[in-house]
Amino acid sequence: MHTIDEILQILDEVKPGLEAGENDELVKTGLLDSVDIMGIVMAISEEFDLEITPLDLKEENFHTAAAMLALVNRLEEE
Amino acid sequence: MKHLLELLERTAARWPDRLSYCDEHSVHTWAQTAALTAAIGSGLCRAGVQGRPVALYLDHEAPCIHAMLGTMAAGGFYAVLDTAQPAARVRAITDQLRPAVLLTDEAHRQAALDLNTGAELLLYEELAAAPVDAAALAAVRAAAIDTDLAYVLFTSGSTGAPKGVAVPHRAVLAYSAWAAQTFSITEQTVFGNQTPFYFSMSVTDIFTSLRTGACVQVVPKRLFSFPVQLLEYLTEKNVNTLYWVPSALGIVANWKALDYTAPPALHTILFAGEVMPTPKLNYWRAHYPAARFANLYGPTETTDICAYYEVDRDFADDEPLPIGRACDNCGLLILKDGRAAAPGEEGELCARGSFLALGYYDMPDKTAERFIQNPLQPHYPEIIYRTGDLVTVNGRGELMYSGRIDHQIKHMGYRIELGEIETAAAGQDKLDSCACLYDAAADRLVLFFQARRDVTEALRERLAGRLPAYMRPAEYRRVKQMPQNANGKIDRAALKALL
Repeated sequence: MHTIDEILQILDEVKPGLEAGENDELVKTGLLDSVDIMGIVMAISEEFDLEITPLDLKEENFHTAAAMLALVNRLEEE
Repeated sequence: MKHLLELLERTAARWPDRLSYCDEHSVHTWAQTAALTAAIGSGLCRAGVQGRPVALYLDHEAPCIHAMLGTMAAGGFYAVLDTAQPAARVRAITDQLRPAVLLTDEAHRQAALDLNTGAELLLYEELAAAPVDAAALAAVRAAAIDTDLAYVLFTSGSTGAPKGVAVPHRAVLAYSAWAAQTFSITEQTVFGNQTPFYFSMSVTDIFTSLRTGACVQVVPKRLFSFPVQLLEYLTEKNVNTLYWVPSALGIVANWKALDYTAPPALHTILFAGEVMPTPKLNYWRAHYPAARFANLYGPTETTDICAYYEVDRDFADDEPLPIGRACDNCGLLILKDGRAAAPGEEGELCARGSFLALGYYDMPDKTAERFIQNPLQPHYPEIIYRTGDLVTVNGRGELMYSGRIDHQIKHMGYRIELGEIETAAAGQDKLDSCACLYDAAADRLVLFFQARRDVTEALRERLAGRLPAYMRPAEYRRVKQMPQNANGKIDRAALKALL
């Protein structure tokens, strides 16, 4: 199991200065744009050695840091 | 026809109950669009905007289109501002434009006030609910002629200050007639609109619909991060026609999203704004073998488009697409040192004809630089627009884009088109996108790329097999995310900062 701090660190690397909280809405608010999301997908894939498929690349999996953590933990279990 | 709103009146009378401009949050019919246009137009008449600019500080959704139409109803011309841009950039535009009115909504009221433009601030919600003043609207219309401005769209300009391209009703009337006829846009067409309204490509979606009764479904920007959901949204909204920048089509191709969901029922797929990497087109064509695909070409200064190529044959992944031939009522010239280029010779593409803008707003020097007398026809005044793009004509008589004059570089004594290197790299497996830059200080070529795997060695081998030594990049730099500008195109200025 991974922790929320690992996800927040990735967010900080991809988008310095974002300072997101665990449950802050990041997509609908426009805080993350499509370029940022692709950066997060790359970073998560490499950091955790996971394959994110097009079916995983959904708004509900990326709209908050908590949702990203849930995705990472689910993919690790599979 | 002298005014774009004559198209609205015709369409609203013919198709009052069909859908007009819709987005994630709102649905409108043509009757409702006509009513909103009259209400907003009446409010703007009271503000006295006839012959004056109205700046629209609204999100990329249907109300912004109604504000455009309302501005024209009041005899004014609009400029669309990007609500996501930093205030300083927006101010650079409003300083240039000096709008009579800044039209915004409740959600952006404070940000609009903070811009300190000095213009009168009006709220969309209040204008849309205002009573219609038919006499005022009729008086304004009676005074209109077709060379009045419809809008001013600001382009970034490679050297700093944004330039406002001033486009009259006549150009949009001529352009939309050509586009609707050429691409068979009818009341059955449903556009999935990607391009922001401050970008000239959106003119095609908005005004061919106004002309024909087609529907525009504005696609929420955030869905371009989630390609499968993006396709599902198109299906849900019955979208059948796309006119997107290649980077947006490329997102779907990069993730092979059409393999993961039922493809939307698209029959027309058009693109413009940057070079389409052929492998991305080939992915789309494989999934839509019966659809019409066309590569459109043109600057904001020719309303949207001045040349087009309807894809009529197969292309290898590293074969570039033509930009084809001139649109009706557009004359294209290829100039080399002030004379016509010889057959096969590369030259600057210049355009003349009905789609031409009148020039740059309040920038006589810049206008004189780009809008010039036709040097091939000295007998009477005739203005042509110098695009700054280099083209050649291939053996089939099709125009081939070879790059920007200012992207052409000299390296190891050779003149090089950076786009040619990008086209050669584009077919590489696992490559999402790439851009080649010239690092003048170090006299070397750098290829930036975004890929799911590190394909540096594969790219090096690939280009060694396809390009002469002097065109091979000295350095390959994988970026986690290819920077994009506000229109969704690759941001070369941002890459240059990484050199």
